[in-house]
Amino acid sequence: MFFIISNDKELRADGRAYNELRPIKIEAGVLKRADGSAYLEVGGNKILASVYGPRESYIRRLLKPNTGVIRVRYNMAPFSVDDRKRPGPDRRSTEISKIAADALRPALMLESFPRSMVDVSIEVIEAEGGTRCAGITAAAVALADAGIPMKDIVVGCAAGKVNDQIVLDLSEKEDKEGQADVPIAIMPRTGEITLLQADGNLTEEEFEEALDLAMEGCMKISELQHEALKNRYSSE
Amino acid sequence: MDIVPEITRKSITRLINDGKRADGRAFDERRDIFIEPNVIEKAEGSARVKLGDTQVIVGVKPTIGEPFGDTPNLGVLMTNCELLPMAAPGFEPGPPSPESIELARVVDRGIRESELVDLEKLCIEEGKKVWMLFIDLHVIDYDGNLFDASNLAVMAALMNTKLPVAEYIDDEVVLSEDETMDLPIRDKLALSTFVKIGNGLILDPSLEEEEILDARITIGVTDEGNHVCSMQKGGEAPLSRDEILDAVHMAFTTKDDLLSYLD
Repeated sequence: MFFIISNDKELRADGRAYNELRPIKIEAGVLKRADGSAYLEVGGNKILASVYGPRESYIRRLLKPNTGVIRVRYNMAPFSVDDRKRPGPDRRSTEISKIAADALRPALMLESFPRSMVDVSIEVIEAEGGTRCAGITAAAVALADAGIPMKDIVVGCAAGKVNDQIVLDLSEKEDKEGQADVPIAIMPRTGEITLLQADGNLTEEEFEEALDLAMEGCMKISELQHEALKNRYSSE
Repeated sequence: MDIVPEITRKSITRLINDGKRADGRAFDERRDIFIEPNVIEKAEGSARVKLGDTQVIVGVKPTIGEPFGDTPNLGVLMTNCELLPMAAPGFEPGPPSPESIELARVVDRGIRESELVDLEKLCIEEGKKVWMLFIDLHVIDYDGNLFDASNLAVMAALMNTKLPVAEYIDDEVVLSEDETMDLPIRDKLALSTFVKIGNGLILDPSLEEEEILDARITIGVTDEGNHVCSMQKGGEAPLSRDEILDAVHMAFTTKDDLLSYLD
């Protein structure tokens, strides 16, 4: 009689392998009024992103005479979470708005649009863990859909630690029960990292593993971004 | 001031005076309607509605709270609206604009005055605990006539709202883990918005029509009750008695077609 001892890492609560993403769907050009837009579903997340601009900056203090600026607003719908969220910005969404702008900015060639402003809006319609990365991914597709010159399409993904194991793309449950979460965003052509956060406990080796895994996830999602844009413009 | 509406004003007005609309619709014809119920799994009730290219998402979230002193046996409805900056180039983040407050209040008034939700059945223990329903309206694409689109979305969301069965035991509310009840709905509301441009009164204005309107009137009509239960006039120009009666008549004649989308 044989016992087969598997070296594979354990499956996760939702049956995914350690390096498996949740099912993803990306669609570009979903809104009529916006200059660019995208809809993204990953796991139970439903996210809409829109772009207006470049347009004249009517906010004086944001205006820069030598370049355009990007403004991001990340917002959660009151019905997107289990306990109704009070409408309007809070400290968390203000922070995410800022880091999302920082994550997207490096890819954009806004130098050609002095005194102008690009408004990006990320609306979380339903949340299920990992909304900031999903929001950045959707926003990058919306920016491309708006035809804004860019060097690369930024893409976001997280890795983390659950049950002492480094895993890709944490679900809401894993995020709550897990030991660490490392959301990142990269420019896939160069691999440069434009967003990096981390919370929880990781050893140096574990962090490196998580970072590599998250970058691997980003590369996979990046392909889907490209596909969404191709679909959008091949059907027209 | 927006330049484009000033340029299109003449041609649209001339068309309407000739009995035509820019997009070829009849005066009492709506744009295409598309309703997708249950779009948000985390909300107890939800719907996405497209009216032409106007798009809104509504989510209903319940909480348990204390009833108002003058209505100790009635549940509470609260309607909130956000005109998201993604919906139009002119929508700005920040505190609610007068337009968004008007929209929320007009939709709320229709739902409330038609008494289509049986609020007595939302009472858990008289004077102590009742269900409070938050109806959150998210406008994601604005292409004219938010009133009708929003009302349709709220109706669709309420019609598929499910609440956990609640019992009041020893001064505490106990929620059933698996048993749910449908929201007690006893009627449907058809909300119809007309605008006056030139000499014509037209149903379901598109964005370019709405931008140059002289006057606007929104009329809420119940299905079973067959009553007018809410109204709101907007715009700078006045409306004559006959124009208002015309609009009310059209609200009744187009009601069945509108509400058939909710079946």
